Amino acid sequence: MIINHPLLGPRDSAEFVYLGDANLIERPDPEAETAAREFYEYAYLRDNPAGEHRELWFHEAGDRSWLVVTRNTLTHEISDVQMARDVARSKGRSK
Amino acid sequence: MHDLTPITALGGTNARVETIGAVTCSEVPDVALASVTARLGKESQTRTAVKKIIKADAPDVSRFDGGDVLAFWAGPEQWMLEAPFDSHEDIAARVKSVCKTNASVVEQTDAWARFDISGAEVLAVMELLCNANSRAMDVGACTRSSVHHLGCFVLRRAPEMFSIYGPRASAGSLLHAIITAMHTVA
Amino acid sequence: MNQINRLKGGQIDRTQTLNFTFDGKTYQGHSGDTLASALLANGVRLMGRSFKYHRPRGPLTAGSEEPNAMVELRTGARQEPNTRATTAELFEGLSAQSQNRWPSLKFDAMAINDRFSNFLTAGFYYKTFMWPAAFWEKIYEPIIRKAAGLGSLSMQADPDAYDKGFRHCDLLIIGAGPSGLMAALTAGRAGAEVILADEDFAMGGRLNSETFAIDDASADVWVQASIAELAALPNVRLMPRTTVIGAFDHGIYGALERVSDHLAEPAPGKPRQILWRIYAAKTILAAGATERPIAFENNDRPGIMLASAIRSYANRWAATPAQRVAIFTNNDDGHRTAADLHAAGVKIAAVVDTRTDAPRSHGYEVLQGAQVIDSKGRLGLTFAGVKLADGSMRTLECGALGVSGGWNPNVHMTCHQRGRPTWDDSLAAFVPGGALPPGMTVAGAASGNLSTHGALQTGAQAAKAALGLKGRLPKLPSAEDAPVSQTPFWYVEGCSRAWLDQQNDVTVKDVKLSHQEGFRSVEHLKRYTTLGMATDQGKTSNMGGLAIMAELAGKSIPEVGTTIFRPPYTPTAIGAMAGRIKGMDFHPTRLTPSHYWAKERGAVFVEVGNWLRAQWFPIAGETHWRQSVDREVAATRASVGVCDCTTLGKIDVQGTDAAQFLNKIYCNGFAKLAVGKVRYGLMLREDGIAMDDGTAARLEDDHFVVTTTTANAAKVYQHMEFVRQCLFPDMDVQLISTTEAWAQYAVAGPNSRALLQKIVDPEFDLSNEGFPFMACANINVSGGLRARLFRISFSGEMAFEIAVPARYGDALMRKLMTEGEEFNVVPYGTEALGVMRIEKGHAAGNELNGTTSALNLGMGRMVSKAKDSIGSKLSEREGLNETDALNLVGIKPLDAGDKVTAGGHLMNADGPVDAKHDQGYVTSAAFSPSLGSMIGLGFVKNGSDRVGEKMRLVSPVTDLNVDVEIVSAHFVDPEGGRQRA
Repeated sequence: MIINHPLLGPRDSAEFVYLGDANLIERPDPEAETAAREFYEYAYLRDNPAGEHRELWFHEAGDRSWLVVTRNTLTHEISDVQMARDVARSKGRSK
Repeated sequence: MHDLTPITALGGTNARVETIGAVTCSEVPDVALASVTARLGKESQTRTAVKKIIKADAPDVSRFDGGDVLAFWAGPEQWMLEAPFDSHEDIAARVKSVCKTNASVVEQTDAWARFDISGAEVLAVMELLCNANSRAMDVGACTRSSVHHLGCFVLRRAPEMFSIYGPRASAGSLLHAIITAMHTVA
Repeated sequence: MNQINRLKGGQIDRTQTLNFTFDGKTYQGHSGDTLASALLANGVRLMGRSFKYHRPRGPLTAGSEEPNAMVELRTGARQEPNTRATTAELFEGLSAQSQNRWPSLKFDAMAINDRFSNFLTAGFYYKTFMWPAAFWEKIYEPIIRKAAGLGSLSMQADPDAYDKGFRHCDLLIIGAGPSGLMAALTAGRAGAEVILADEDFAMGGRLNSETFAIDDASADVWVQASIAELAALPNVRLMPRTTVIGAFDHGIYGALERVSDHLAEPAPGKPRQILWRIYAAKTILAAGATERPIAFENNDRPGIMLASAIRSYANRWAATPAQRVAIFTNNDDGHRTAADLHAAGVKIAAVVDTRTDAPRSHGYEVLQGAQVIDSKGRLGLTFAGVKLADGSMRTLECGALGVSGGWNPNVHMTCHQRGRPTWDDSLAAFVPGGALPPGMTVAGAASGNLSTHGALQTGAQAAKAALGLKGRLPKLPSAEDAPVSQTPFWYVEGCSRAWLDQQNDVTVKDVKLSHQEGFRSVEHLKRYTTLGMATDQGKTSNMGGLAIMAELAGKSIPEVGTTIFRPPYTPTAIGAMAGRIKGMDFHPTRLTPSHYWAKERGAVFVEVGNWLRAQWFPIAGETHWRQSVDREVAATRASVGVCDCTTLGKIDVQGTDAAQFLNKIYCNGFAKLAVGKVRYGLMLREDGIAMDDGTAARLEDDHFVVTTTTANAAKVYQHMEFVRQCLFPDMDVQLISTTEAWAQYAVAGPNSRALLQKIVDPEFDLSNEGFPFMACANINVSGGLRARLFRISFSGEMAFEIAVPARYGDALMRKLMTEGEEFNVVPYGTEALGVMRIEKGHAAGNELNGTTSALNLGMGRMVSKAKDSIGSKLSEREGLNETDALNLVGIKPLDAGDKVTAGGHLMNADGPVDAKHDQGYVTSAAFSPSLGSMIGLGFVKNGSDRVGEKMRLVSPVTDLNVDVEIVSAHFVDPEGGRQRA
């Protein structure tokens, strides 16, 4: 597969390491009252869609950026690639 | 002066040079490296510092620039600075003194082994080694690519000359891959 | 007999005569021949035996779709089975053996199978060898393997090298026939980066086999001029002898270049083949078409071939399978073969055309509305039985019969992603359909445009469209544009043992049987009968099977559907997949800076990930590794030892939030760590299970160096980047690996300070007050070389780790040895390291094994409740905090002579020994020179409260059953006085 890196352009997926569901960015608030439940779901419950899937890829043999790649698991079509750091910030993550 | 004698990445006292057909591969140990990564919010100050050091604009994504001391792009807001070893063994300290707290500076001199590959058939060798589109790289282009399963930096220094920086501990494996490719092309 | 069937003309070079042998007999051919064309020219039609029934077979085709003429090529270690004689280029000294026969090709004992064909029908494996089950492995399978299969392996290592490479292009063109060449000319002239790949050694595709004119000259003139023009364009790369084997995601193609297969052996240093990964923005599939046969009784005799193949042999290779040839066709194309052979002086016995309105000829007899219904000839065709239009029978004497059932577009590559061919009624064939691989278009015969003009035109159009070129089409050379009409005619009525798939011996009868037994899906038909499952993937056979199945089911062919094709397009050697990645080069090797020194010392090395680490350093007189290891441990604990720990991962962490960042990745706290101090850190996964451990040294307020275990270095770095970029994107922290930049040595033992004082420059105070346990500093050594010093201990002794730039590591190690002579310094390897850490009770990879929590490891209280860290929340969950949770303990045998083995399980001293009563298990074990017995580390339920308890250590696998005592994991110096001395 070819992943169109936002900075580097098209790169062979062999340069990347796959992690999985991009929801891993949304780590729950450990201070929340429901934190125990939320962390359990965060750590263990994943969707496994046949179709569009947002997932995390690490450009290990490249610039060491984490990317959020939107990939159709049926066709391998990649419709969107973003820097995970930007995605994290857009989700309100900070320090 | 200290009394410890250095060895090259390949374990020798002298740099190794191999010529097969129209391509030559040279081990280049006489190079000092330091990484410079901008601290959060200090990106423009870091670029200014890099510019001061290399006397050229801090290179953009997948580019390198500079003269005796040059910088190549290594990651988002991160550059690798390269200089002659003899005059710049203390490169990290010198770069840090310019960047101050605007950037994180790390000595990388011996993290890498550099091989320069040159000759008329260099493109044919490069396309056996890595998936980077070496034909499309102009002089001044650099990229990180995988050679023989090793994460490397590839720089096109001249129309018929590339540098490959590979992890120092695997210099022998990297050289094996380069030599094999040179035989295939020769 | 010397090339008795050689004709005039052709594209062979008669000035170069080549000697070759087939089954030990010497023949001659010419440069430009294939093995098959040379054998045919020499009057040899019989080239192999069939897979199941061992029937005599000759070539069916003249290309890579060949099902029959497969040989063992070359001898010795280079012997390659199942090589298609139809594509093997002839070279001087070529040696080929027929296969799947015993004792000889002409008399094959296994041909008896043919008599028992009633028992060997479709699904015979499934029916015959089912019972008793125990017979399968020992009896049935070996017999089947011997009887079935085709060629044999040399059983020697392949002496040849293979390589891999990467190419990029704007346009990849697969196939260099008229459409591929025209596409390449169009794209090449426009300046695009073009790769033109063709499996054949001569580009030109079908034009090499035809007598058509292009413009006013023979097609060959245009082909050669086109190739010359393309070769002169720097932006066009011609790749002959290169099969594009697969279309993969996003425009990535695999292509196998046969660099040296046309030579007796590769030139020195040269690979045999190169597997290219081609990155193509756009692709044109111009793979042509394959002629399809018509099935009739005994249609598999040597000499019965595709009509187009006979034409190829005659026109390109100047060879004919016989001097008297008949044609059986249902379309006009078959007549071309008759006309060309007739013109070449070959006698045409007759053209048998199923159509009542078939065109007549002045040169030879055409039997309209007739069908070939049977054949005769023991080892090769002698007679064809023909049923005439009026129902009467006639026998044609002929040595070859060309069969033409029309043409199937080569849609294979269009199916490699999600494409599903669609049925074209006007062609009575499948054409590319469904979702083609992104960026791919199809041109020429592969797209169903079967005339030469159509090929040229669609090739130019496809290139123009792919590259978005403006303007008019280039001027096309004039070429034949005969209308093509194909009507379905798959098999002759009433036939039974009529071969559809000659490679897997599947007959019309087999397909009928599978239908009768209830197999309705094409995929089931394929698997039950093995139709199309041989190395040719049914290129010449699938359509016939589908057609018969459709007819029996009373459906149309498109309703039944078709099976699809998978990569590789043609069989590909495993060696090519491996490339140069084999043997010790299977993965890169990492060497530490002291490697060459260690080798000089005679060290024994062990692979740890990609690293080679010294395992122990034998000295004169030592014959067993335990002697070396025990000595190294004893010497280190008595005085001083040095171990290379360069392989530990080192990650440089800087930034104003560096300490806060470490607080997140380690479960214990780092914010308050003083500059100049080191702290042990335990890293958890988010689920509360230990991921890795190491140390973090605070060199400056905003600068730490983190160490990881050797094995997890890459994974921990990746995890840290995840935490930095994805979880806490606004932390001011920068990470970079510096593992290989520094050579790092552990100097351990009571004399470690004394030794280092001789190395470290005198202005640095190494006293316990000046540089206490867990201190770190930037220092100078050996007269001014920058270095780092850490006072950390894995062995439990007073110990330091000293790091210098990697290039000086060799010299530093040598100096430590020289300066340490007065202390009897020893180098120690990973075994002694392991023994000492077990003696000290330090957890390592065996304990951090992906199932253990901080609590299990005895570090439950380290998980700070005062801060959030990765894994802290889920560490609190019930399942990880049960009252009888496993705790890390030491294990000591009651009898010092007893063994303790890792993997053994701990059971109560009394009570049953079974999984239900399992109390825990041993993770690490070693002989402890310090204690004089074996010792172990392990996990025991509620182990912290069971110290002193007697238990049994059992391993049913190794019959181990010894009495042990649960002890503290810290066997040596439990108070830690030594490391603080």
